[in-house]
Amino acid sequence: MDIFTRGFRGRGRDSSGQLPPGQYLTNDFPVLSAGPTPRIPLDAWEFTITTELDESHQWSWAELMALPAESVTVDVHCVTRWSKLNTVWRGVSLDTLLDDVDTEADFALMHSYGGYSTNLPLEDLLDGHAWVAYEYDGEELAPEHGGPARLLVPHLYFWKSAKWVRGIELMLQDSPGFWEQLGYHDYGDPWREQRYQGD
Amino acid sequence: MARAAIPGGLKVRRAWRPAQLVERRPETESASTLVFEIPGWPGHLAGQHVDVRLTAPDGYQAARSYSLAAPTDGDRIAITVQRVADGEVSSYLADEARSGDVVEVRGPVGGWFVWKPEDRGPVLLVAGGSGIVPLMAMIRSRNGASPTPFRLIYSVRTPEDRIYDHELRRRATQDGGLEVTFLYTRTVPDGETRSVGRITAEDLIAYGWPADVKPTCYVCGPTAFVETVSDLLVGLGHDPAMIKTERFGPSGP
Repeated sequence: MDIFTRGFRGRGRDSSGQLPPGQYLTNDFPVLSAGPTPRIPLDAWEFTITTELDESHQWSWAELMALPAESVTVDVHCVTRWSKLNTVWRGVSLDTLLDDVDTEADFALMHSYGGYSTNLPLEDLLDGHAWVAYEYDGEELAPEHGGPARLLVPHLYFWKSAKWVRGIELMLQDSPGFWEQLGYHDYGDPWREQRYQGD
Repeated sequence: MARAAIPGGLKVRRAWRPAQLVERRPETESASTLVFEIPGWPGHLAGQHVDVRLTAPDGYQAARSYSLAAPTDGDRIAITVQRVADGEVSSYLADEARSGDVVEVRGPVGGWFVWKPEDRGPVLLVAGGSGIVPLMAMIRSRNGASPTPFRLIYSVRTPEDRIYDHELRRRATQDGGLEVTFLYTRTVPDGETRSVGRITAEDLIAYGWPADVKPTCYVCGPTAFVETVSDLLVGLGHDPAMIKTERFGPSGP
């Protein structure tokens, strides 16, 4: 049953096809975090990938900087309904980080400084779909936006692009992260409007 | 992290339900409280929000999230809407919606920025502007249900920008264990001893809780406000895990 809202005309029709359903365009870069912004000194920063066999691969900040970097221009979509188009990032592809990792895992749990976590299928991190990003719009990534480095997985709702990322736990079975335990969707495809569990 | 107990099953919470506007009251020049009746509302926790969806004659839909302003009251929910420039949903709700109009609502949503009467330990609430809304739901839920002491620090530009002004003043004298402090960033009322200015560490020391009593801290407001306050709280020794934040950006809900 359609319920029309008396007196509502709406303004934001998207004729470009660039906005997923239920999203609106913003030119700001809103900030959403569950707690305080952690401050991580670069000389203490580490990124660790742990496999299901508990083997770990580790990078310091200097080692991350020494890896080949890519610049990407992508659209980002927040579950709170704003979308921002053509955002420019620079970082290291997860293909590069995962290249030498031996694993049978199908799932990844991203871990962040400050305790945040989010889960994704491992394949969504591969084949040029995800980066550890440390520059936004030509500048170093600001702490409130996830600096020194955040995950960038633009084809999923932006909470999957974990801020202040510090590692990946590779797993044979899926395990919900922070927002996913609180009722948000395990996958989070904006084009299928997978906002909450059950969508 | 424990899964929060959210009333109602998934199927119940994700369904869009017709919601009829039954009451509206102005809170400030730019903020209004809207009360909707939603048959079969499953109930909610203080701090949770709902999605409100509007549908135009051509089928175009727009939805935004709004914090619930009051505890569960049968089939009635209350939200407080601050009109924002370019906000197509907030403008409609603030200026156009009349009693009897029907929108659609789904929820409740959110299990992190919540407070329950069985939660123990003192609570610090820090609000900037319309960030008071979910914190007001906590204050209203507490009265008569929990002896836990609350301290609210509420930063506004001018005295006219205080949402829930009279109720907050009344509760500060009647609800035992609730302390309310207003801070003003542009204009102070007569008799106010603190001069105008943004919130500082000294304000949090004077009107909040010392870190060693381990209060749960809820901080809600515009992004810059929330960033500032949560940094100050961490700097004063509060455990980051005890600081829960929610941000209302200029282009947020």
